[in-house]
Amino acid sequence: MRSVSIIGTGLTKFGEHWDKSFRELIAEAGVKAIESAKIEGKTIEAIYGGCMASGRLIGQEHIGALIADQLGLNPIPSTRVEAACASGGVALRSGILAISSGTYDIVAVGGIEKMTEVSTEAASFALGGAGDQETELFHGATFPSLYALMARRHMEEFGTTEEQMAMCSVQAHKNGVNNPHSQFQREITVEDVMQSGYVASPLKLLDCSPITDGAATLILCETEKAKKMGLENAVEIIASTQASDSLALTGRKSLTEMAATKIAVKEAYEKTKLEPKDIDLVELHDCFSIANILAIEDLGFFKKGEGGKAVEKGKTSLNSEISVNPSGGLKCGHPVGATGVKQAIEIFEQLNGTAGKRQVKNAKIGMAHNVGGSGATAVIHIMKKT
Amino acid sequence: MVHNALPLQWRKYPERYYLKGNYCENCKTSFFPQRSICPNCRRKGKLVEKDTPFTGKIVSWTEVSVAPFGFENETPYFLAIIEMENKAKILAQIVDSKKEKIKTGARVTKKFRKISDIDPEGAIAYGYKFKVVE
Ligand SMILES: [Zn+2]
Repeated sequence: MRSVSIIGTGLTKFGEHWDKSFRELIAEAGVKAIESAKIEGKTIEAIYGGCMASGRLIGQEHIGALIADQLGLNPIPSTRVEAACASGGVALRSGILAISSGTYDIVAVGGIEKMTEVSTEAASFALGGAGDQETELFHGATFPSLYALMARRHMEEFGTTEEQMAMCSVQAHKNGVNNPHSQFQREITVEDVMQSGYVASPLKLLDCSPITDGAATLILCETEKAKKMGLENAVEIIASTQASDSLALTGRKSLTEMAATKIAVKEAYEKTKLEPKDIDLVELHDCFSIANILAIEDLGFFKKGEGGKAVEKGKTSLNSEISVNPSGGLKCGHPVGATGVKQAIEIFEQLNGTAGKRQVKNAKIGMAHNVGGSGATAVIHIMKKT
Repeated sequence: MVHNALPLQWRKYPERYYLKGNYCENCKTSFFPQRSICPNCRRKGKLVEKDTPFTGKIVSWTEVSVAPFGFENETPYFLAIIEMENKAKILAQIVDSKKEKIKTGARVTKKFRKISDIDPEGAIAYGYKFKVVE
């Protein structure tokens, strides 16, 4: 299998883009990525685009064709990838596999979601499609409520507190202040989270990621070719793993861990011969604050049950034991299909030392962790500066 | 709306009205809803129809304040994951129960209730909700 590197990135601001359409966001991120890679668009051989719910959110399917068309890249093959909130991560993995197999040398990977065209209720309903329609949504379950069921269990089994969960949001917002692409650029306090009102107890509004428009693009290139092209900011992807679990929460062995995350990360650690302590920063899937706590445990940074305390003690803040979500994570915008791609862009910036005020010192190895639904899909990427 | 599609509702009567599930005689596991293939044994599995017991206990719960389409008039309402007496797990609403009685470990029993009425063109959907056993 051939090695694959990221050679260019493009990201729109995450936020409510009432003035920009789905296709304009694709064009903006796509052109930025091609310019950043310093390549000609015609050298791109294939496109993989992650998008979760465009059918419900803007009434448009056939996103693969739309992306190639918008970027003027016809007639190369262009494929939409859908894995709920992990669509972006799985699209990235598809692009990596296409190059490592020897089929292509250069591909573009995109992620896009336009969520503010419909009401919040309609957007929530569309996102609900990531869960089990027949046994969860039918009964009035929402995504916050599914994560709330995990949160309650974690609190009762391990003594995790609502304040500890709130700290996850506080830290995410603190990092997001220094990210110009973040939807919010303001700090919040534990008090703000605690008083933001229950959405599904014990989760409150500020425990949840927002509804966001945004697009992200990566240009991938076979590593040897990138070296020959003299692309000094190339970042090598040294592991790409993925695992699946039951679609519905009721099918899980445990409510306090995500087995798919544990399996995918174990494979990634084995492949790279790395351990959790070798990871300098992680962009993890914190769609809800409890998801942050579950992830830092399942990824091996802290023992099961100790995630809440670790966050409380600041062990996951910037330049601490493990720098979690220097970008601000999903709390600073979660255009679902774009999130997995944006995580990789943040790691690319960090490993190149270009992350400005949110820079993790001496960042050599970064991990991206992207989850679909309530944990039915998990994707892990580990990246290294070559 | 998918919730209120007529063929779907007709197919779901046994599941939603009286918790019809199935059971794998090979690995001795109960499933709800019914599965076409035993995920543990796959083609070696021997699935037979079996009713799910009507009682179980709450494993986790939440009080939903922000509802999706069709449930706006019901907030706040309670959702729980229930472990049934045959170990199958069910997600359902908890109704007709005092708030302080809805907690992890509480015993619950199945009730037949209206679930949703979202689509003016579709049928009203009925099914299971649960009540705490005092
Ligand atoms: Zn079996």
